Amino acid sequence: MALLSVNGLKVDFTTRNGVTHAVDDVSFSVEKGEITAIIGESGSGKSVACYSLLGLLPMPPASIEGGSAEFEGRDLLRMSEAELRQVRGRDIAMIFQDPMTCLNPYMTIGNQLVEPLLCHRRISREEARQRAIELLDEVGLRDPQTTIDQYPHQFSGGMRQRVMIAMALINEPKLLIADEPTTALDVTIQAQILRLLADLQKRRDVGVIFISHDLAVVADIADSIVVMEQGRVVERGDRQAIFERAEHPYTRKLLAAIPGGSKAPSASTGEDLVQVRNLCTWFSQGKHHESVKAVDDVSFGIRRGEILGLVGESGSGKSTIGRSLLRLVPVTSGEVLFDGVDVTALEGKALKQMRRRMQMIFQDPYASLNPRMTVFDTLAEPLLLHGIESRKSVEQGVLKLMDDVGLARAFIRKYPHEFSGGQRQRIAIGRALATRPEFVIADEPVSALDVTIQAQILELMLALGQEYGLTMLFVSHDLAVVRHIADRIIVLYKGRIVEEGLAEQLFEHPKEDYTRQLLESIPGRQLL
Amino acid sequence: MWKFIASRLLQAVPVILAVITVTFFLVRIAPGGPFDSEKAVIPEVKAALEAQYRLDQPLFQQYLAYLGDLAQGELGPSFKYPGRSVNELIAAGLPATAELGLYALLVAVCIGGVAGVLASLKPNTAQDYIPMSLAMIGICMPTFLLGPLLVLLFGIQLEWLPVSGWGEMPGDKLLPSLTLGAAYAAYVARLSRAGMLEVLSQDYIRTARAKGLPEWQVITRHALRGGLMPVVTFLGPAFAGLLAGSFVVETIFQIPGLGRFYVQAAFNRDYTMILGTTVFLSTLIVLFNLASDVLAAWLNPRLRSQFGEA
Repeated sequence: MALLSVNGLKVDFTTRNGVTHAVDDVSFSVEKGEITAIIGESGSGKSVACYSLLGLLPMPPASIEGGSAEFEGRDLLRMSEAELRQVRGRDIAMIFQDPMTCLNPYMTIGNQLVEPLLCHRRISREEARQRAIELLDEVGLRDPQTTIDQYPHQFSGGMRQRVMIAMALINEPKLLIADEPTTALDVTIQAQILRLLADLQKRRDVGVIFISHDLAVVADIADSIVVMEQGRVVERGDRQAIFERAEHPYTRKLLAAIPGGSKAPSASTGEDLVQVRNLCTWFSQGKHHESVKAVDDVSFGIRRGEILGLVGESGSGKSTIGRSLLRLVPVTSGEVLFDGVDVTALEGKALKQMRRRMQMIFQDPYASLNPRMTVFDTLAEPLLLHGIESRKSVEQGVLKLMDDVGLARAFIRKYPHEFSGGQRQRIAIGRALATRPEFVIADEPVSALDVTIQAQILELMLALGQEYGLTMLFVSHDLAVVRHIADRIIVLYKGRIVEEGLAEQLFEHPKEDYTRQLLESIPGRQLL
Repeated sequence: MWKFIASRLLQAVPVILAVITVTFFLVRIAPGGPFDSEKAVIPEVKAALEAQYRLDQPLFQQYLAYLGDLAQGELGPSFKYPGRSVNELIAAGLPATAELGLYALLVAVCIGGVAGVLASLKPNTAQDYIPMSLAMIGICMPTFLLGPLLVLLFGIQLEWLPVSGWGEMPGDKLLPSLTLGAAYAAYVARLSRAGMLEVLSQDYIRTARAKGLPEWQVITRHALRGGLMPVVTFLGPAFAGLLAGSFVVETIFQIPGLGRFYVQAAFNRDYTMILGTTVFLSTLIVLFNLASDVLAAWLNPRLRSQFGEA
């Protein structure tokens, strides 16, 4: 018998704009000791379905309209709040997406770890603490005796997710619900966390529901896969069936969205548009500390019309290089030649002129757009500031940009919050292209997006690169994405260049261990 | 940490100097002087008085002399209470005012905090609307209206509490504290409601619920600390504001505190007294603001570790 079997689950959201069927007649089951993956884009109802099982949805606006969820012979949906609370954290535990916000910043991780134990079992504080230390050790935290008394902000994202996993497992639950547990992490850290989860799951024989927007992530670990679209299950099957014989067009779309292969080399001419020589960007940490060498003696060139990929983990200095080129952070030493002119020496008007020719696209399309400016305001600002359009012609210019980045003209008076992540990134790209730049720095432009949207944005960037004749520096932690878009790739580690080469060459014949490690971290690489 | 405190104290010096300068010259511009009265004073007597209090010197010299005294902690002699210094008068009035302020703050935090937290737990229901409407009334209602109303109800109609006095009859401290604290309770209620709503929507609250903690533990262990942070930063300015703003309440309830001296000094053109009280209160405001900032930073582990390194 299945550990959990959900039948005909229906969840509605009642809002001012009417009723939305967030989850519509969804059925799936989880076997003991197996991993069931639920895959779908943002808004497909996959998280809502799982939260509703544990009564974690705010009601109202949510309401469970029907269905059943049998867990060990009892229906979760018909339990009282008190009964359900006994199940939560003891029999069914959860891991959430963003480890940065899911731990209480005001409590030590030790105090947070022992809570589920103290709440559900008769156990002394001392025993609970001992148990927590053992578990921290098991999930791979160094020196758990001391780290247990630290606060969440003292840990990196990957480490926090390990803490979350330890917290979920501390009561030896029978079922673990992991909601996008690796989406907010770098590819290398993601690979580690996935390995850890799969490992712990086998050792402890727990059932797992793994929620993700990315089929590639679950390619190595899922036993069975449920694909959801707009609140409904469109396809289900074991892993092999989904990856080899997917029938539903939506599943195929998800599969196609997994970045793979590389593009045809672009027609880049010989001369370098950008030359970086011995660039150093150090951040001072006060008098008593050594400076952080974010970028340490880095030299490279970018040819006109070329897309150069810059790959590395968080903290490798890849974003700092991008910002240094634009002079958004002060450069410690070295030269950045743009079209023969040293950008690091420019001031005032000359710098403004130069910035018009170099633009940046940021990672987070939610944070980088001003929430109080409409699409028109956002796009018109650079056009007017740099005198590209006059007041009279600016509307035409904005509409042209919207056409180019694939935004419907009707959206012109809308505000950022009215758009999805992908649409916002289109606005951000439009803003960057407004000044007709020759050189664009894209800093993780697709990392915050679902895979399907990611694929669309990458296509858009490639097409626009051709149309506008752009030279591009594409910064990302994800080698698969970079391979898809870049002509040449630079691998960065701790502020220094580890390896450099043509995209395909680097993929097929990596020279350095670190590059190999990055390649191995790509989820579902056997699919490529 | 000490570096931060020291730099904040240094920043306070020009602020207080500006307060002194502006007050010093403003009171001099105001028509009338400390020794003007309806009865004509013999010119020789007036001249002698003015000489004794340095009023015959040029204004700027008076100003420098005052600063010199102040640097030694001397606020000068009072013009209206012969033989008593401003230091003595402030020391005499401060205990009652400080006590009143403390009780009022207690009222504000207890009533306001509970109301705000309760409101935040069930937003947009009666449990939210009723305390928040009361808070709005509390903010709008001036103390000179609320005080007499409370006296009318509890002192005269119900005869439960004394109508005035301070420390003379049991319970006579209750009405003044309530009157003074009411407006601040309203602010605290609004701040704690907003803070709690913000925190309750955080992901780590969902984590706490997913652990199976009972709701009251989710609130007390996980939400309160972050949610009441805005209240903590408000406490310093609030306490200073309570001290400075207590004169209406002190007048209504006949309390021998600082506020009444302050108001009388203004009417009497008691230059040194006005200046002394102003300097004293503005110093308190600076200090309490600093204290609540330090407290808030201390309560936040992230800031605390930064201080530890500095």
